[in-house]
Amino acid sequence: MNAEHTSRPGFLAIELDGAGWAGADITRAVLAAESAGFHAATFTDAPAPGRANALQRAAFAAPVTRSIALVPEVDTVYTEPFHISTQLASLDYVSGGRAGWVVTAAESPEAAAAVGRSSVTGAALGQEAAASIEVSRRLWDSWEDDAVIRDVATGRYIDMDKLHYVDFETPADFAGAGYSVKGPSIIPRPLQGQLPVLVPASLLGEVSADAVDGVLVSAPMPELLAAEVRDVRDRVGVGVAVVAELDVVLDARGQAAASRVAVLDGGRAALAGSAAGLTDFLAELLKEADGVRLHPTSLFVDLEELGRLVLPELRRRAALRPVVRDGTFRDLLGLERPASRYAPASAAPAGVRH
Amino acid sequence: MTQHTRAKSEAFTPSGQIQFGVFFQGVNSGAIWKAAESGSQTDFESFRRIAQTAERGLFAAFFLGEGLRLREHLGRPHALDVAGRPDAQTMLAALASVTRNIGLVATQNTTYNDPADLAHRLASLDLISGGRAAWNIVTTDNAWTGANFRRGGYLDHADRYRHAEAFVETAKRIWDSWENPDGPARRVLHRGRHYTVDVTPRLPPSGQYRPVLFQAGDSPDGRNFAARQADVIFAAHPKFDDAVEFRKDLVQRSVAAGRGANAVQIMPASEFILAPTAAEAAEKKEWVRSLQIGPQQAIAYLEQFWGRELSNYDPDGPLPDIDPVVEETSETRGSGFHGAKARQLADQWRAEAKDKGLSIRQFVISKTARIDATFTGSYTSVADQLTEYARVGAVDGFNISPWLIPAGLDDIVNHLVPELQERGVYPTEYRGSTLREHLGLETPGRTADEAVEVAGA
Repeated sequence: MNAEHTSRPGFLAIELDGAGWAGADITRAVLAAESAGFHAATFTDAPAPGRANALQRAAFAAPVTRSIALVPEVDTVYTEPFHISTQLASLDYVSGGRAGWVVTAAESPEAAAAVGRSSVTGAALGQEAAASIEVSRRLWDSWEDDAVIRDVATGRYIDMDKLHYVDFETPADFAGAGYSVKGPSIIPRPLQGQLPVLVPASLLGEVSADAVDGVLVSAPMPELLAAEVRDVRDRVGVGVAVVAELDVVLDARGQAAASRVAVLDGGRAALAGSAAGLTDFLAELLKEADGVRLHPTSLFVDLEELGRLVLPELRRRAALRPVVRDGTFRDLLGLERPASRYAPASAAPAGVRH
Repeated sequence: MTQHTRAKSEAFTPSGQIQFGVFFQGVNSGAIWKAAESGSQTDFESFRRIAQTAERGLFAAFFLGEGLRLREHLGRPHALDVAGRPDAQTMLAALASVTRNIGLVATQNTTYNDPADLAHRLASLDLISGGRAAWNIVTTDNAWTGANFRRGGYLDHADRYRHAEAFVETAKRIWDSWENPDGPARRVLHRGRHYTVDVTPRLPPSGQYRPVLFQAGDSPDGRNFAARQADVIFAAHPKFDDAVEFRKDLVQRSVAAGRGANAVQIMPASEFILAPTAAEAAEKKEWVRSLQIGPQQAIAYLEQFWGRELSNYDPDGPLPDIDPVVEETSETRGSGFHGAKARQLADQWRAEAKDKGLSIRQFVISKTARIDATFTGSYTSVADQLTEYARVGAVDGFNISPWLIPAGLDDIVNHLVPELQERGVYPTEYRGSTLREHLGLETPGRTADEAVEVAGA
């Protein structure tokens, strides 16, 4: 299929790493991102000194925001799939349906040593990710939408026919220690039904495109991003959002970007320069990609410039989707609210909201 | 420092004060879902409302339980009680941003978590909340629960406290690994029977140094564990005489553990049914009980012990004359049901109900309601009662399970708290900004390095 990308305007996400662990700083960062007009905020969870748990940072940000999607990274290799499913569903509740999940598969030997497991590498990483995604998706569906009935006459709080065991088993070719998850979930179905799931393109293959809602695409240089985006779109089709990853450092506070360039992440394209240059670059890139995630070099400095100069101009050029107050992350991505896989076909029409 | 001398002393000194916590439990018959006022058990607004009301009432702490497996009844999900709960730490992180002072306590088990990961997440909650986090340590270990986790039911019931203690020691070492708040942290190694940890911690100490530790077990092993490790025990002995006895017992154990008589605080679980007058409170109690234990719940309660369907028995009639079909009750309804000898129990219960002239429903209410844990009465009489607890130091506070969500604390905060404040036995302001400060706990010293490799655990 030659995936003809529609000319639908794109969305912008911002990685909020750098805000630190203090509640007040997390609030300041997410409010700055929301008022700048970003559609989504992501929270990296790669182990680093001073970095607090990503999911908790996202949860802390939820009650003080109204429109921005909150998307933490959660590892799938050294975590319990049952716990992460519950945690993400809980994030969806506290954010009013604005939660998503950037799936990661920890590669570092340190992550393995911390939990006393042998290091997982290669294709096994993708298998762990695929298994955790499947567990979460089944658990999120394991309570049908209308499972809580509160029927005083019969004394039933839940309709047990609408709760389902998920009986997940890792596949026979699973490289790591196989496991099973019984279910049902400990929490009712998330507000969005299914949280949007995003994976780095490196996990595609072991993780099927059918299992995800978005793919994060990197390239070594900005000029190569558009081609990489096209390449990934050809692999995943139009139903999956393709999101380009870009490090940015802008001229700010009277300092040229070049002088502010610290150490940029090795694997990602980096753009250093003026706000106008970045605006033009993003306008072009958003013709190919559904969204772009920006990784500012210095969060608060770059965020100020992005909100003041870049996003307003992109909006003026109609390159960005509207920001919807109280909208869900699925709404932003243009995804229907799916029926539970366990619901009888007639019982839960797609798009039902509650 | 007075706190310090009090804690280390071998003689117990009552603080003369009590504090409140709120336990948003939500998955037993205590939470009424049938009333018109019953709100959502999952929407964030319910949690926000309870937490903010508690904070208005200067409560020390907001507790959340942990869900690891949905309760079952005769092999299927249990349908009659409130079910479904959010992840504790995720919810508490969200509540941290809409509260300023109240402590945030996450119940987390030591069997289906990894020490390095859990210690990191608790440290994270502690920092994000500005030093308000606590961990309520539980040791759920059965294989039925394990069916939701990678390792399954790997732990023998008998080993659970030894395992838990090694887990907690490891967590403490992780929180203790900073020479100073600017780091760097020291690497923490643990090699034990059930897990191995090799980690360089990533988060510095919080404003209260490390999360406060609560513990909920009540067996002798559980009490000793609390005496050695915990700051607060979430006890099961709220009745005055029992509470006094329990205090004596715990003081002995904590002195024996070398921690001093005041080192471990006591906050029993409790329920409050209050009204302007005693008569109104008694009437309210009837109403509460009728909604907590409906006819179907009464039958289902017995079915759990009989192991068979009893739906053709009249809830307003006598206990079933047929015998249970199971030897022992299963763990699928929660720890309170675990392993009771069914037939023996049935005989005993039939005799007891006949003796007291109780119907099935009345009998089940007598078994399930928090008989000892319920304070029923007028605001002033309950305030007088609690003042006596404070005077002798029977407890340090109460962990209140509201029977109505989200309005269940309103009576307590609006009427009982001012009565207690007038009597000088309840805080009139938050003592500081951290949970440790609210509770008057001293800042822990660094765990001695040689004490940490707990043998064989």
